[in-house]
Amino acid sequence: MKYLPLIWAGLWRKRVSTVLTMLCVVFAFALFGLLHGFSAALDGIIDAMSDTRLRSMSRVNITQPLPLAHRARMQMVPGVDEVSYYNFFAGYYQDRRNSIQVGAIDIASFNAIYPDIKIEPQYIEAMLHTRNGALVGEDLAKEQGWKVGDRLPLGSAVWTRKDGAENWDFEIVGSYRSPSGRVPTSELWINYDYFDEARAAANGTVTLYFLKIHDSASAAAISERVDALFANSTNETQTQSEKDWVRAQIAQIGDIAFFVNAIILAVMFALCFVTGNTMMQSVRARIPELAVLKTYGFSNTAVMSLVLAESVILCSVAAALGIGIAAVISPPIYRQFGAGGLNLPVAVVAVGMGLAILFAIVSASLPALRAQRLSIVDALAGR
Amino acid sequence: MSVFRQISSVTAMNLRSMPQRIGSSSVIVVGIAGVVGVLLSVFALTRSLSDAVLATGSPDRAIVLRSGATGEFSSTLLVDAVATIKDAPGIARGEDGKPAVTADFVAAVNLFRKEDGARAGLSVRGVDPAVMAVRPEIKIVDGRLFAPGLRELIVGRSALQEFKDVGVGDGVQLRDGRWTVVGVFESGRDANESSLMTDSATLLSAYQRTAVNSVTVRLQSEGAFDAFKTALTTNPTLSVSVERETDFYRRQSEDANQIFGIIGIAVGVFMSLGAIFAALNSMYSAVTVRTREIATLRAIGFGAGGVIVSVLVEALILALIGAAVGAALSWILFNGNTVTLGDSTGSMVFDMQITPSLVVLGVLLACSVGFIGGLLPAVRAARLPVATALRAI
Repeated sequence: MKYLPLIWAGLWRKRVSTVLTMLCVVFAFALFGLLHGFSAALDGIIDAMSDTRLRSMSRVNITQPLPLAHRARMQMVPGVDEVSYYNFFAGYYQDRRNSIQVGAIDIASFNAIYPDIKIEPQYIEAMLHTRNGALVGEDLAKEQGWKVGDRLPLGSAVWTRKDGAENWDFEIVGSYRSPSGRVPTSELWINYDYFDEARAAANGTVTLYFLKIHDSASAAAISERVDALFANSTNETQTQSEKDWVRAQIAQIGDIAFFVNAIILAVMFALCFVTGNTMMQSVRARIPELAVLKTYGFSNTAVMSLVLAESVILCSVAAALGIGIAAVISPPIYRQFGAGGLNLPVAVVAVGMGLAILFAIVSASLPALRAQRLSIVDALAGR
Repeated sequence: MSVFRQISSVTAMNLRSMPQRIGSSSVIVVGIAGVVGVLLSVFALTRSLSDAVLATGSPDRAIVLRSGATGEFSSTLLVDAVATIKDAPGIARGEDGKPAVTADFVAAVNLFRKEDGARAGLSVRGVDPAVMAVRPEIKIVDGRLFAPGLRELIVGRSALQEFKDVGVGDGVQLRDGRWTVVGVFESGRDANESSLMTDSATLLSAYQRTAVNSVTVRLQSEGAFDAFKTALTTNPTLSVSVERETDFYRRQSEDANQIFGIIGIAVGVFMSLGAIFAALNSMYSAVTVRTREIATLRAIGFGAGGVIVSVLVEALILALIGAAVGAALSWILFNGNTVTLGDSTGSMVFDMQITPSLVVLGVLLACSVGFIGGLLPAVRAARLPVATALRAI
């Protein structure tokens, strides 16, 4: 600890160079936080999914609806505790470009299947008693400025009403949140019964089913049994665990991880160069000073550690700032991807700081070695 | 000595001494190579995607959707509306004398990608037999066209290249059973080439639907669009929106690019800022190393202009080398790579192209980074008080 002033003085010896290097590292780690955070947030969503829940949808494609009658048959399969369902609504608010993720659900069975989503009991009660009621996700409410009690006129890009009207009126009777912070809260939920009765087409069908099962070990077997029930019908199903399904959805977007890692690698490589160069210059300029330190009795290792410590402090302070920037700008970006309500995963901070220290040591290793090997006589003589 | 000769001799001297500062010079090169390489790759991805989507549209075609619909999936048109649209003025006729109109019904099917075995959506487009008159770019390159009334499909070459089990003779499971692929078509690697096609009426009956999603017509000429649009939008029995196909696909490509646009901007801004600070840093140190030299030049009568230009030229040359390295890397890694992007409702197969215009963009960016990074150090160099600088170690 007593060396801190010495390290500090070393860092601020060339103010401009230190500040510029720091800024460079700040932006590099902001980018790291943003990109790595994004893929970590996706992994977090997968982790938060349960493997004791299955999803079942049309084998042909998710755009193909399944009859609601499937539910009763699914419930008969041994090992299945409860079956709930969901219908896409493709909503928008005021402007067609302002699309809102809306799902028509059966609140009672849905709530039983999703204990990890927190809905206050009075909201569930209100939803059961208000036909055109709606539950709004915490983040969606924040984004759109909605609150419980608001009347909500929505349009749908797909569904018209039986009376030919294109506008749907809902009343926000409650909200839901994700205590773990890993499930997006960017949807609006409406009552399936109300929706199905009012829509002009495809009545009595759903987009997908949720199945709650006893234990995860039987997920594959139960999926097979469910699919076998409807095999060779016009409405064949494709059932898999929620985790696998979400993983597959994310994989469809394309190879995100590859792009992210390639960019991070390029940035880190360039950064290593910049910091390494700064440290090298700084050591070169201070050779006589370092020699004086050695004359005073500082060991070779101590001098080397001083140089390394400077680099570590510079990089870790800058990395912390950079990751801070990433933490501020990440949530709005996640929202653009339909994952509103998520924050920069905490693990990213740990990985980032670890990386910063590793990388400070790597980039300062050559200058530090040079400082360690310095011979006092040569250095003082300016050779 | 003229100002020009001053500038050129200082610059030449400066450049000759560059190898002695190889460490700090290479910082600029590596930093800018990183920025240009990454940005070119991200932009190439978005640009190639929108080029492929835009290539689908032609100015002499118009697409009719339900009024207010933003895309094909959110639009439905009933049979009587389709009949009315077919009678509108300005529509070209095919060789058989029938109007060049196709009423498309778009469904989607889950298939497996060859590359990673992932399940992905591929769109199945039901088209009218007149489609060849509407879209003359569609050419059957293998097998034959589907026969109306039979469960037959043709597959786009891009889809065939990237998806498993869609070759001629393979069966694809649609809602009512197995459909056979009977032919392969190409259409200039546009969006349609990443799909399956079949007869609209046959597909509608398989899906027990009566409404199509969109109607596409070929016009007699590009100029016939206004008359066609007016006729439909003023018809009180219709509630439709009419768009030139090029405009429609421009909108689609903007939507498709939204996600990568956000990533591209974030990456671009942060990397450029990082590179600017790196460049500033190394140019400052380049100037510092040469403090005495610059002071000597000033003392024997060289002007500030020469010194400023020489530092800027050095920064720009390093930036250009960096741009060249970055562009070369992204070209080697990504040019010609086939990319498949999509969701459960459809996929898009396209080739990444590092085009000359992108490279120019990268060079401009590199020059701006080099210029900003060189300017402040250059001014500082020119302002050095000669006497103090000469005494400096």
